[in-house]
Amino acid sequence: MPADTIDPAEVAKFEAMAAEWWDPAGKFRPLHQMNPCRLDYITSQIAAEFDRDPGTARPFQGLRVLDIGCGGGLLAEPMARLGAQVTGVDASPRNIEVARIHAAQTGLEIDYRHGTAEALAAAGERFDAVLNMEVVEHVADPLAYLTACHDLLRPGGLHVCSTLNRNPKSWLFAIVGAEHIARWLPKGTHDWRRFITPDELFDLLARAGMRPVDRKGMVLDFLRNEWKLSDRDLSVNYVTAALRPEG
Amino acid sequence: MPRPTGDAAPGLPQEPSRHGAPACPIVAGAKCSIRRRNALVGGMAHDSDILITGGGLNGPALALALAKGGLTSTVIDALPRQTRTDPGFDGRAYALALASVRLLRGIGIWPAIAPEAQPIERIVITDGRPGEGAGPFALTFDSAEIEEGAMGQMIEDRFLRRAFLDTIDATPAVTVLDSARVESQAVDAGGVTLTLADGRQLRGALIVGCDGRGSGTAQRADIRRHGHGYGQTAVTCAVAHARPHDGAAHEFFMPEGPFAILPLSGNRSSIVWSAGDAHAADLMAMDEDAFLEALRPVFGSHLGAISLASKRFSYPLNITLADSFTADRVALVGDAAHGLHPIAGQGLNAGLRDVAALADVLSTAHRRGEDPGAAPVLDRYARWRRFDSGTLAAATDGLNRLFSNDSPVLRLGRGLGLGAVQRLPALRRAFIREAAGLTGDLPALMR
Repeated sequence: MPADTIDPAEVAKFEAMAAEWWDPAGKFRPLHQMNPCRLDYITSQIAAEFDRDPGTARPFQGLRVLDIGCGGGLLAEPMARLGAQVTGVDASPRNIEVARIHAAQTGLEIDYRHGTAEALAAAGERFDAVLNMEVVEHVADPLAYLTACHDLLRPGGLHVCSTLNRNPKSWLFAIVGAEHIARWLPKGTHDWRRFITPDELFDLLARAGMRPVDRKGMVLDFLRNEWKLSDRDLSVNYVTAALRPEG
Repeated sequence: MPRPTGDAAPGLPQEPSRHGAPACPIVAGAKCSIRRRNALVGGMAHDSDILITGGGLNGPALALALAKGGLTSTVIDALPRQTRTDPGFDGRAYALALASVRLLRGIGIWPAIAPEAQPIERIVITDGRPGEGAGPFALTFDSAEIEEGAMGQMIEDRFLRRAFLDTIDATPAVTVLDSARVESQAVDAGGVTLTLADGRQLRGALIVGCDGRGSGTAQRADIRRHGHGYGQTAVTCAVAHARPHDGAAHEFFMPEGPFAILPLSGNRSSIVWSAGDAHAADLMAMDEDAFLEALRPVFGSHLGAISLASKRFSYPLNITLADSFTADRVALVGDAAHGLHPIAGQGLNAGLRDVAALADVLSTAHRRGEDPGAAPVLDRYARWRRFDSGTLAAATDGLNRLFSNDSPVLRLGRGLGLGAVQRLPALRRAFIREAAGLTGDLPALMR
């Protein structure tokens, strides 16, 4: 917000929304629960691809990272804390305000922009890594969207993309379970028909010009109430890594 | 980052508040990054990731373990440096469980103390009564029965303390503030601010209270604690003896409380004599000859003639448990979370288990880029430690109540119990592993 147009009531409203976004037991609890697992995958992929030591103070220093659909900044802030130069983009202007307020509170410098991946790509922005988490199942034209993601990568760059598998189990878990029974997500959050199987996603990534290199399942351990990466079980939530080829 | 050398060297005034503007304690000759009171704003940069109150043993151990995980820390202690390294400051010796030794090895301080350590090869537990000598039933745990080697190591506090201070001095990720009293702590969305008595302020993501049973960190975070005394006091000192101890530790369960003989390097042992408060006060007031006279019948004659090899120290025995291990951007470690009756030398071992678990949780959070002071991160530590500490405190408490009783029935019962355990090798090995700290969900640093 430009300094001359600050309305205290507006600021208070966004601060309250930021507190809500970042309350681990609040409205966004499912995201908070899944976040450590997503971060485990993202950080290990980035560290491996760019040969960084995660046991150091700021291992991602010098890397430009884009978080698409950044929301309140649940992924952007950890990336910034690890030293990356982070851009967060979200189609919702409210989310961008919320993310900016929270980053200011935590003292992190993050470039938050209201807009879309396609617009950034058209503007010629390039990143070492693009995080594309739980977005592709919401877009109308996945191939066009993933092509924009490809264009946002510099050659050799890393694309991390997670989404939901399409099968009877994912319908039961993600729609019936998460939206109707547990009420983790508002009804209508997901349209099961837009879910993508891992093979379909690998195919889309390849057609968008990227080389898929890895895929893992994300599975909720109900006993420990923790999400874990799985080599075998990609039946509901899963995450992939792909590279934009050099040259 | 260069390290300060001797920033709290001898000659430091006792009242830090009489200082003028403080020299930078972090980088000698550099601009001080510790801010004045009026500089506090939201989102301000952190001086260290983690602020550790208490520079005894757990605090430095945690600082070193965090440095391994890429996290910076500041260790704040109220006492002047000189007092903390004075050999007379603390007369204790510790029975380090094997898991604790692994942690010390992992954080790089073991090589410095190994020459002074005495391996415990054997533990002999006897139900005794003064004047009668050892009871007929004794229980022997021998390290030859488990493949991991010695069950533990005896180390004197002075060697351990010095090794910790020397190692953190040589670790760039750790800053040490001596003679620094914490006045207040304030938490906000971006971190936590500690204000020292002289007005200096420190900023970090998390405060870890390693400040003992009377933890000011817990009090300032409104974490209440409960507990009780035993009416018992432990008198401890080092004893020199004519014959070698062969690495054997002895524990006699006497009606008044346990009496332990723990092997130190050379022909020396540390004794821990738990007695009623009044008796302990008498023992402390005696001159050396009278004390030795009182000690001889309890100590026994198996190690030959004895003489005192240190001053005597006394510690009232009590148990205190904090209601919670964590609060907003606050975590408690060691006695600050659970002050244990030191009957089995478990106080430091339990503290180091906290250290290893917290370092594990925080290092993982750091690798993920999570805020190390965030509630979900601290919850992982609290969940991990609460069960373990609760059972340990209850077991140690029950053990002491059971064995500090002169009822003939209980005496016979526990005699038979000890004999039964003696005849069951599998059960005995399980006890040895438990005593060595090798059971439960072990943190990475202890595996």
